[in-house]
Amino acid sequence: METILFFVFAALALGSAINLIRESHPIYSALSLVAVMGALAGLYLLLGAEFIAVVQVIVYAGAIMVLFIFVLMLLNAEEEVKIDRTKIAVRLGYPLLVLLAVEIISVLRAKFPSEITSHADLLNGDNTREVGRMLFDNYLLPFEVTSVLMLVAIMGAVVMGKRKS
Amino acid sequence: MLPNYIPAHVPISWYLILSAMLFVLGVAGFLLKRNIVTVFMSIELMLNAVNLSFIAFGFMQHTVAVNAQVFVFFVMVVAAAEAAVGLAIIIMVHRNRKSLNVDDIELMKF
Repeated sequence: METILFFVFAALALGSAINLIRESHPIYSALSLVAVMGALAGLYLLLGAEFIAVVQVIVYAGAIMVLFIFVLMLLNAEEEVKIDRTKIAVRLGYPLLVLLAVEIISVLRAKFPSEITSHADLLNGDNTREVGRMLFDNYLLPFEVTSVLMLVAIMGAVVMGKRKS
Repeated sequence: MLPNYIPAHVPISWYLILSAMLFVLGVAGFLLKRNIVTVFMSIELMLNAVNLSFIAFGFMQHTVAVNAQVFVFFVMVVAAAEAAVGLAIIIMVHRNRKSLNVDDIELMKF
C-alpha cells in the first residue's frame, strides 16, 4: 500500500514538474507547481511528517503560489515568446542536463543502497508535538531570528513596491 | 495482495532519486524558461526537491526525524520571504521595462 501510494505521488510530482517546463503560458506552469506541491505533501505524509505536510499545503500551495498567481494576473503575463537557441545550447544543453541527473542518481544509489528502508513503524504519529517542543526549546533563537527575517522581507517588499512620487 | 517484487517498505533511495529528478527538472526550467516568473517558480521547485530529501534523510534515523522537520520548516520560512522580495523585484522590473522576458533584462550583461 505504502509503495503504491509512493508511486502515485511520485508520478504526479514528476509529471507535473515536466508539465511546468513544457507549458508556455505561465499560469499553467503555476498550476502545475501547485500539483507538484500537493504530491509532495502526500509524500511527506508517507514519510511520517504530518506537520510538514500540512504546512506544505497551507504555506506553499496556499500562500506562496497565490502570491505568484496574483503577480501573474497583475502583470497580465502572456505566452512566452519562442526564441531560436544556438546550436551549441541545443546540442550540449540537454545531454548535460541528463548527465547531471545520472550523476546525482548514481551517487545516491552508491551511498544509499535500497536495503535502507523507511522506518514507518518507529514513528509514533505524534511527532508534531515533538516538532513544537524542538522549535521552542532547542531552536528558540533561530525561530526568533526568523521573525526578524520576515520583518525585513516585508519591509523590503514594501519599499521596492512603492511607487516613487 | 501485492506481488512479491513490490517491497512493502519504500527504500529511502527511491525518495532521494525522486528528489534528484525534481531538482534536475527545476534546473532545466531555470535554464530553459524565458518568463521571469516561471524562472522563479523553477527555483521554488528546486527548494521543494531539497525539502523532500531532507525529510527522507531524517526518516532514515527516527532520532533525527524531528530535527529534519524543523530544518524544512526554516527552509519554508526562507522560501516565503524570498518569494515576497523576489516578486516585488519582478513587479519593479516590469514597471521599468514593460516586459517579463529575461532576455530583455540585460543591464548587467557583459
